[in-house]
Amino acid sequence: MNDEETMDLRLHVWRQKDSKSPGKMVTYRANGISPDMSFLEMLDVVNEELVTAGKPPIAFDHDCREGICGMCSLVINGVPHGPQQGTTACQLHMRHFRHGDEITIEPWRARAFPVIRDLVVDRRSLDRVLQAGGYVSVNTGSAPDANAIPVPQDNAEAAFDAAACIGCGACVAACPNASASLFVAAKAQQLSLLPQGQPEREKRAIHMVEAMDREGFGGCTNHYECEAVCPKGIPVRYIADLNRDFLRSALTSREVKPLPPAVDAEE
Amino acid sequence: MELDGKVPSGPIESLWDDHRFDMKLINPANKRKYRIIVVGSGLAGASAAATLGELGYNVDCFCFQDSPRRAHSVAAQGGINAAKNYQNDGDSVRRLFFDTVKGGDFRSREANVYRLAQISNKIIDQCAAQGVPFAREYGGLLDNRSFGGAQVSRTFYARGQTGQQLLLGAYGALNRQIAAGTVRMHSRVELLDLVLVDGHAKGIITRHLVSGRIARWAANAVVLATGGYGNIFYLSTNAMGCNVTATYRAYRKGAFFANPCFTQIHPTCIPVAGEHQSKLTLMSESLRNDGRIWVPKAVGDGRAAADIPEEERDYYLERKYPAFGNLSPRDISSRAAKEVCDEGRGVGKLGRGVYLDFADAIGRLGEDVIRQRYGNLFDMYEKITGENPYRVPMRIYPASHYTMGGLWVDYNLQSTIPGLHVIGEANFSDHGANRLGASALMQGLADGYFVIADTVAHYIASNPGDVPDTDAAEFREAEQDVRDRIQKLLDVDGSRSVDSFHRELGAIMWEYCGMSRNAEGLQKAIGMIGELRERFWREVSITGENEEFNVSLEKGGRVADFLEFGEVLCYDALNRDESCGAHFREEHQTPDGEAKRNDEAYAYVAAWEFKGVGQKPELHKEPLKFEHVQLATRSYK
Ligand SMILES: Cc1cc2nc3c(=O)[nH]c(=O)nc-3n(C[C@H](O)[C@H](O)[C@H](O)COP(=O)(O)OP(=O)(O)OC[C@H]3O[C@@H](n4cnc5c(N)ncnc54)[C@H](O)[C@@H]3O)c2cc1C
Ligand code: FES
Repeated sequence: MNDEETMDLRLHVWRQKDSKSPGKMVTYRANGISPDMSFLEMLDVVNEELVTAGKPPIAFDHDCREGICGMCSLVINGVPHGPQQGTTACQLHMRHFRHGDEITIEPWRARAFPVIRDLVVDRRSLDRVLQAGGYVSVNTGSAPDANAIPVPQDNAEAAFDAAACIGCGACVAACPNASASLFVAAKAQQLSLLPQGQPEREKRAIHMVEAMDREGFGGCTNHYECEAVCPKGIPVRYIADLNRDFLRSALTSREVKPLPPAVDAEE
Repeated sequence: MELDGKVPSGPIESLWDDHRFDMKLINPANKRKYRIIVVGSGLAGASAAATLGELGYNVDCFCFQDSPRRAHSVAAQGGINAAKNYQNDGDSVRRLFFDTVKGGDFRSREANVYRLAQISNKIIDQCAAQGVPFAREYGGLLDNRSFGGAQVSRTFYARGQTGQQLLLGAYGALNRQIAAGTVRMHSRVELLDLVLVDGHAKGIITRHLVSGRIARWAANAVVLATGGYGNIFYLSTNAMGCNVTATYRAYRKGAFFANPCFTQIHPTCIPVAGEHQSKLTLMSESLRNDGRIWVPKAVGDGRAAADIPEEERDYYLERKYPAFGNLSPRDISSRAAKEVCDEGRGVGKLGRGVYLDFADAIGRLGEDVIRQRYGNLFDMYEKITGENPYRVPMRIYPASHYTMGGLWVDYNLQSTIPGLHVIGEANFSDHGANRLGASALMQGLADGYFVIADTVAHYIASNPGDVPDTDAAEFREAEQDVRDRIQKLLDVDGSRSVDSFHRELGAIMWEYCGMSRNAEGLQKAIGMIGELRERFWREVSITGENEEFNVSLEKGGRVADFLEFGEVLCYDALNRDESCGAHFREEHQTPDGEAKRNDEAYAYVAAWEFKGVGQKPELHKEPLKFEHVQLATRSYK
């Protein structure tokens, strides 16, 4: 590849040693970056230089690098997952940047997501919200034949649209209230749209919404920033559906008792 | 020593049922007294931990990601097989069994495969009940498609996200047990060693990836569900964190490693774009239904695809395999692609790629139909390469994808270490020398939901007794070993990154132990790996300390294990002096380049025993008998 095709960039990256230390923005040069690189590969290049110089690399979460595991979580120039719509940070490629660009890279910021190191945050609060009821209670072995309960194709498709959530938390990071409403609504609606999800529908809505509050996520005040950054295009109308389920169950249900707060195992 | 798979005797159709009746049970009230460690939270681990929790055991489940939902299973696209015969197209348990044994090129154990085919149907029931949004037909019933050249439509799918949807189902079941208090989930915690007490697996040593805390965990039994080792090639379709550490550490403690050389290369991945490449993305095999694969006829033809006239193109799969053409099996298509690129006819900047061309299909069906069928795959391709596949042909190249080899297990999925059970991609059990598409998800869930609970109960009932004290000498020593090794990594203080070593190892493996292998190359590779390992321990740079979130240290430990395991893989490939399934030895081919299997000499599982780092491991054989499927040569001509 000839030199004209590569670019030199200046990165401003959030560095923080651990949850207790204060953090700050640090500037790095990323030179000779090829437009074919993914954003994370560009960071790999910077890290390779840091490590070779005996300095600690920039920590960031990633695993699949193909937009499905939900692990990558960078706020790029102020936008969770960066400038390209419907694209996780790991699938964002450097051809969307220009030679000489300055790029800021920060972690997800939310009360419920404490920083672990640099760009890595603790998102177990999302797991705990789902532990409060984001499932159908069916023990292994007790299921009827899969075709015993037909599901209209439209419902199955709509349930899939909701189920496409990868649990990355970009919606929380984008929301001025750090609300997890879109995340919760996606899970609740996936199950509400299917016959298998009906028996626990109301209990599920109440328990998950309560868990969300307990974890320190804010409420939804209709900013719709979540929908704009969601890499899987989950629509905000699911939040309205969730609210309906929540209200109905709050009005009608008697025996729904709040669950005790979920606790993480010691490690 | 001849290994015994401990397959019970009797008619294969009722073998599993009869065996379940013969195995011991544990009284429901007693189950909570027993502690079980499950390492891994992918399809295999999450389903196992949830099921064991439902039964009332006390379960500790571990994963290295920040959430169990992110295990590598999440990335599976195509689908999951089951013998439901919902399409009434002649499918049956027997046919799925038959296809799997044949697809594996007669190197798997019949009884295990039969059980897998039987259980497959219950998996679909279970997942549908959990709310997995499978694709459906207009009438509301489940849809199926034909996958990977199968002659029946038995693959269930959820758009291009079957893995994520099945995993979310299992993760839901797991979450329910976490809330119920039966499962304790430990995320961002990595297994670094297995602990044996009196020869039985009774615990593990872990490192917390955030705090660096080293901890000891004791249990009545240990289940490994830690996935495959395809990342030994550095570039693969696997997630970045996939590793061999858990199974390799168990191997070092005495568990035999079976058929490590059976590694699957997937033909349709996006080619390498440059030396910065960190992983390769799979493009679904379904594209081969409508795309035509070709390269220029002339060596070094630098013209753009559009400028190469029809008569100067070589549609090599259609030419060589007229019956199957572009749908030829994975191993055959992969090797053919390598061959044309080796001849200097590859396309793309680096010359390691072939065209997958949709122009004919678009001409025939129109762009809209193609968009409907493959729209999101085309979008993904464009995102990664910046090229529009509706206008210019896609470029694809084979990449490491799946590992059939794994820890040796018997019919009960127990390794050669009593009490250590291995499930999912981490074991070797069901796919022989080659896995069929949509069968890994099936196997992981069969093991986790429907096999392991019965067989672990049998082990525990046969070996009751208390959970050992983690202050026992065995635990203290294992912890000390782990600490020493971490210290050793930190003490090297060199100036080369872990990644650079991983990349170099990957290049050796790919060159000499990838799509095709020969004795000379394998011997050379063994020498090169040993030498690279020595350099690693002299030159690697791992900054920081143990007591922090330390990415280099985490990776360093994994690559150090790959650097030992690579030799085992090569020794196995060297020993298996035949071509079968994904294992192609250049010395054993027909005049027109087809694989030649040698059933007389190699119809066995090769299980290797650790004999020390840098030492040749000891080979043990489990002979394979084929009583229900006739040994035959695969032919796709
Ligand atoms: C891109 C892609 C597409 C695929 N598509 C299909 C498909 O369509 N159909 C199909 O049948 N198969 C497919 N496969 C194969 C299939 O996805 C895998 O074989 C299967 O999901 C493996 O599941 P598993 O539970 O065994 O392991 P994994 O899902 O890999 O899970 C491993 C678990 O172990 C944990 N772990 C690993 N090491 C350690 C350690 N040392 N300490 C603690 N925890 C550890 C991890 O955190 C993780 O939780 C695909 C594979 C790839 C790469
Ligand atoms: S790394 Fe998996 S979604 Fe980005």
